[in-house]
Amino acid sequence: MSGFQYEAPATVEAAVGFLAGAKGNARVLAGGTDLLVQLRTGAANPDLVVDIKRIGELRQISGNAASGFVIGAAVTGAEIGEHKELAKAWPGFVEAMELIGSTQIQGRATPGGNLCNASPAGDCTPAMFAAGVVCVIAGPNGRREAPVEQIPTGPGKTSLAKGEFIVAIKLPARAKNSGDAYLRMIPRTEMDIAIVGAGVNLTLDASGACTAARVSLGAVAPTVLLVDAAAKALIGSKVDDAALARLAAAASAACKPIDDKRGTIEYRTKVAGVLARRAAVIARDRARS
Amino acid sequence: MSKFHISATVNGEAVEYLCDPKQTLLDVLRDELNLTGSKEGCSSGDCGACSVTLDGRLVCSCLVLGVEMQGRSVETIESMASGEKLHPLQQKFLEAAALQCGFCTPGFLVAAKSLLEKNPNPTESETRYWLAGNLCRCTGYDKIIRAVLETAADMRGSK
Repeated sequence: MSGFQYEAPATVEAAVGFLAGAKGNARVLAGGTDLLVQLRTGAANPDLVVDIKRIGELRQISGNAASGFVIGAAVTGAEIGEHKELAKAWPGFVEAMELIGSTQIQGRATPGGNLCNASPAGDCTPAMFAAGVVCVIAGPNGRREAPVEQIPTGPGKTSLAKGEFIVAIKLPARAKNSGDAYLRMIPRTEMDIAIVGAGVNLTLDASGACTAARVSLGAVAPTVLLVDAAAKALIGSKVDDAALARLAAAASAACKPIDDKRGTIEYRTKVAGVLARRAAVIARDRARS
Repeated sequence: MSKFHISATVNGEAVEYLCDPKQTLLDVLRDELNLTGSKEGCSSGDCGACSVTLDGRLVCSCLVLGVEMQGRSVETIESMASGEKLHPLQQKFLEAAALQCGFCTPGFLVAAKSLLEKNPNPTESETRYWLAGNLCRCTGYDKIIRAVLETAADMRGSK
């Protein structure tokens, strides 16, 4: 095993400095649940690893449901699961994060890591797409914000430029009568990778009609998908059986999956519609309660 | 590439060690500190045989770098018994035959202790989910789950 330069800076600016100045391949270390496995197998062979867990602002959850939550990029799944106000406002997002791996993995894994690992089958990523998360990105030119769906560009690939890394994810201000949900299909009850994942986030008005919706799918394309046609099937409806049937059809129509050992193209395409529908029902019922 | 000099706390004692950036915490525990209770099963965070607590949080030590440990505190299976006196979970695992080959046992014990500290009265379902990241190829799990639940009941009763 060859070595690498390891840095654990205390500020965002110092981290950007190391990443921007790297000669060769640099990787950000947050929870490390993907990176350490890649180091072990040789899939990753970085010259520089920058550990962002010593940066204070990245270790915090701030804000609230009304103003929006800001979750630092080094906050773990276990910490997210223990945040009662966050779980109340965004149960789908929190459940999606908590679906990842075991208790041990939860002690380390982060939403930003799930996003930047850029697996099409990540569980937290579809929930973040549905929630309308905005990523705060630090880089050599300062900070910028980008919608979460602009980050993954293909399996293992992101749109982040050299020297850039995610410092926080922002969940938007929560409108009244809103709900979100994420469901995934795996052949086991725990500890597996999604064959399909589906996230739904919606808002209802006083009459129960859907005024806003976002629908996402995981593991059915090279990246997680935001499916506008599926969201349009819900908006304006009472999220009734007819709207749910249109949603399911739109979700299946958006799939461009691969055949692999976990599932066939036909199976994934079918299940995407079924899961999107079920997630929409949960999100709707949460929005009503 | 030069080695890192790390000062950390292991099982309540201050330790110093030198490590390469690529060495995991598990490598450091076993190869540098001679604490071989934590086992290497999969090296990918799937099996839980290397479970430790890091600043009180249950993690796989194969997924932590040794260089990350500066100023941090780790508890391993070696800190579970008090001298010759076994922790109630260890005693119950023996009595209930909750192990066969024993390779996964340190990880199960560390993970189960972490569960009972967080939740002294877990349901069977909560226990099974908490321990889903600890794999055992011998017992079929039932005896392990029963041992954890019985220990939890004993520990509640003795308080």
